[in-house]
Amino acid sequence: MTTLAHPAFDPLLISVLAPLAVALSIALGLPKRYAVKLAYAGFAVPALMALLVWWGFGDAAKEPHGYAFLSGYSTGLDGFGIGLKFGINGISLPMFVLAGLVGLAAGLYAIQSGAERMKTYLMLLLVMQAGLMGTFASVDVFFFYFFHELALIPTFIMVGIWGGRDRTYAALTMTIYLTLGAMLSLVGLVAIYVKSGASSFDLLVLRDTLASRPLGESAQHHIFGLLLFGFGILVSLWPFHSWAPLGYGAAPSSAAMMHAGVLKKFGLYGLLQIALPLLPLGASHWSMALGILAGAGNLLAIGIVTLAQRDLKQMVGYSSVMHMGYAFLGIAAGSVLGAGGVVMLMVAHGLSVALLFLLSTSIYQRTQTFDMGRMGGLAQGAPMLAALFVAATFASIGLPGFANFWGEFPIFVALWGHSHALTVVALTGTVVSAVFGLRAAARVFFGPRTEAFAEVAATHPTLDMGWAERLPALLLVAALLFVGVWPRSFSTEINRALVGAQPTAPAGR
Amino acid sequence: MDPSLQLSPSALMGLGHGNDWGAIWPELSLGCLALLLLVLETILPRSARARIPAVSICGQACILAVLLGRLDLPITTAFGGLLVLSTRGQVMRVFFLLTSLLVSILARATLPRRRVPLVEFHHIVLVVAAAMMLLVESRNFVMLFVALETVTVGLYILVSYYRSSAATLEAGLKYLIMGALSSALLLLGIVFLYGVAGSHGLAGRTDDAMQYDGLRGFLDANPHNFLAAAGIVLVLSGVAFKIGAVPFQIWIPDVYQGAPTPVTAFLAVGSKAAGFIVLLVLVAEVFPPYEWLVGPVLTCMAAATLLFGNLAALKQRNVKRLMGLSGISHAGFMLLAVVSVSCAPAAIGAVYFYLYAYLIASFAVFGVMTVLAGPDDSVQELAGYAGLARESPFLAGVLACGLGSLAGIPPFAGFMGKLYVFVAAFRSGHIGLLAVAIASVVISIYYYFGWIRAAYFSDEAAISPETAECARTGAGFLLRVTLAALVAASILLGFLQGPLGILMSGP
Repeated sequence: MTTLAHPAFDPLLISVLAPLAVALSIALGLPKRYAVKLAYAGFAVPALMALLVWWGFGDAAKEPHGYAFLSGYSTGLDGFGIGLKFGINGISLPMFVLAGLVGLAAGLYAIQSGAERMKTYLMLLLVMQAGLMGTFASVDVFFFYFFHELALIPTFIMVGIWGGRDRTYAALTMTIYLTLGAMLSLVGLVAIYVKSGASSFDLLVLRDTLASRPLGESAQHHIFGLLLFGFGILVSLWPFHSWAPLGYGAAPSSAAMMHAGVLKKFGLYGLLQIALPLLPLGASHWSMALGILAGAGNLLAIGIVTLAQRDLKQMVGYSSVMHMGYAFLGIAAGSVLGAGGVVMLMVAHGLSVALLFLLSTSIYQRTQTFDMGRMGGLAQGAPMLAALFVAATFASIGLPGFANFWGEFPIFVALWGHSHALTVVALTGTVVSAVFGLRAAARVFFGPRTEAFAEVAATHPTLDMGWAERLPALLLVAALLFVGVWPRSFSTEINRALVGAQPTAPAGR
Repeated sequence: MDPSLQLSPSALMGLGHGNDWGAIWPELSLGCLALLLLVLETILPRSARARIPAVSICGQACILAVLLGRLDLPITTAFGGLLVLSTRGQVMRVFFLLTSLLVSILARATLPRRRVPLVEFHHIVLVVAAAMMLLVESRNFVMLFVALETVTVGLYILVSYYRSSAATLEAGLKYLIMGALSSALLLLGIVFLYGVAGSHGLAGRTDDAMQYDGLRGFLDANPHNFLAAAGIVLVLSGVAFKIGAVPFQIWIPDVYQGAPTPVTAFLAVGSKAAGFIVLLVLVAEVFPPYEWLVGPVLTCMAAATLLFGNLAALKQRNVKRLMGLSGISHAGFMLLAVVSVSCAPAAIGAVYFYLYAYLIASFAVFGVMTVLAGPDDSVQELAGYAGLARESPFLAGVLACGLGSLAGIPPFAGFMGKLYVFVAAFRSGHIGLLAVAIASVVISIYYYFGWIRAAYFSDEAAISPETAECARTGAGFLLRVTLAALVAASILLGFLQGPLGILMSGP
């Protein structure tokens, strides 16, 4: 094992411990007034640390694999090859920043939402936030998985307690599907651990070991298959997607923001960071199957299903399943360009889908329904809400100027070199997503008020978003625009990390 | 010389050394403590007798503290090879002491409500715990059988302790019959092995076939003897009764439901753990020459146990039966580790760790069950948990953490236990069993989730007045502290394993 460093100031450790500490103090019975105040800090500190890491990453000292901010702590499992090891490379940097920002936005939105049993709600969100930060900061594969589960459990509980329609059924479905996915990926990770002979879960040790002694071809095929379907279930790969719209439809908004925005990317991140570099032969073996599932299933089939949705939140849920299709296609393309596009898309989609879930709930509070047929003309009363929703829609369609463009565009280019047919499918997908996105914006905000909405508006006067509600939304829009205008803020480092992993990455396309 | 007399000289030699008695000081002090309780009952005035359980708990805590200071122990034999003491043995002593301590704490909270004799219960718990320690240390079939019978006879009494309840008496009768049957099977197996190993004309015959070493020597020389194979299968069957492995699990739901809840916990944790360590010692030290037989038998047993426990638990509404059935599936996970021992020695550590994780999680859940049990202890339905989270967030939280650990969700210790088992199974190449185990984890989520759902998500159904009353008054200070400590231990062990992790991951 590499020696463990204990820096005096470890932003990665702080970003995990701060929310946990706040959650613990709330659990121990902090009065509600202080709990809410402290919760601001619990969400803000990780975001701040994320920005700090992003700012310092370019100049930070890096070890040969491109990791900076390395630190390690023993948990008494050294004999088993497990240690709490943090570090950030070019692939995890954007995800870490995403987790910080979306977590902050979701936290701010939760605090102003006035939910029942607010203290428990905030506590669970903070645990989830700690899990998210830890997931993307971990270099140790075991803790990478561990933190993911730490963030996943609160999601189930939040859906079960604060969820909307069918919450118990949704929570149960989500739990069973995601446990299956997590278990399959766990077995895949254990398989790498055992078969590599490294007897270590440290990703750097695994990379070194497998670079000198790659696994045999059939072992790679089997293990990559396990990881692909395990992680795939977690990212709602068709046909294992049915938990996603159901769960997101029922989830309270902040939980949906954090899960759809950040946690769900765990699977893709795992494929990029662990599976592709360690199992290149497996990746090329499965690339065709993955391309077909993602292209025909996620993009076309789910695209058409999304078109048919009348329920706004269900539509956003289905659209997030659909957009994961692009990410899978980017991985199937098997090139640095495609993989880089996937990382950019993960960030962009995380920001935009979190924004859409936030705005859907804000719309619900004004219309008392998610049924788009019973809305209309909301823009007159709430112009700010309308503007933000249109921006979010443009972003998720992938218009230039928003971050999503820099995710989808490289994927299309990479995909053209891999398969013309899949590229055509992917481009058809953008048209479909433009249709349902713009149609939703038009139905909800523009045109005359429907009678149903007029009745609701008579009893609930339509107010525009207040500052407490605007702030998290503006935060997300600003991030989307920033990355959209200046993609190099992330792409340089992504590129460096992916090219660094190249010797073991799939040869050619 | 008549072979049956072979034992006494060697045992007497052990007596002659004299200092061997010091080696079993924890067992002896438990026995003395048990006698002290009876003495106290006769000499103390009636008003002071209610404090006797506290004496038992304090005494056990003292023994535990001393024991924890002496964990490191080189492998030593005592009483002429009847017992073998080691660090792993110390770890299991701590385990059984923890078990009896927790059972005493649960009993102290619940027995006074039931109008049954107090002191005898605590007395028997101590004796059984001491016998369990001897059971896992024994390396001789006679020693094994005597210790096992001490455990079982004690449990016969404990299971039917609520004499006025029909369900309890039924459970007691069933446990008695099934226990006797399993003892008979075990004994028959031992006799077969002893008989064949002493036969003249077979290579490696030994006069000392009750001793594990002697028997091992014979089995090494005759790896395909039919009578020995039959004996091995019978011994395995006898042990399978104790751990509740399919097809010998049939008694579990009824007995678990009828027994007083603290006894159910004792059966689920203590009895099962003792069975597993005995099995582990036999499989790792005595039966390796018959791996061709033991491997397939245990593999089939593990797969059937995993699936049966989980599938049968799916539709279960009584929580005591549910714990019994889920306990069967946990036995399946540990069997998976036992099966892997021949190829991956680290699997031994996995069993130990799993047992500890199971102890902590089970007692958290059983503790909550004890608090909430109504006037009829055997009727504890899932519906009774509706609205618990609103009435008592503390108990609901403990329940959720315990169930989460049983389900194998991080950050709880149960997850690490399952991970160790999976790694061991993968190393030894039991991919098929591993797939069954994964399916079991996913199935088990359904019923654990159903329980948590009842406690947390059902706000329409209000909590029943009796349960609310129990939740308010049932948990005394000591029990609350214990439950909180169990949750903390579960998280700590899942995340920061310290010395236990290192000990367990050793070869």
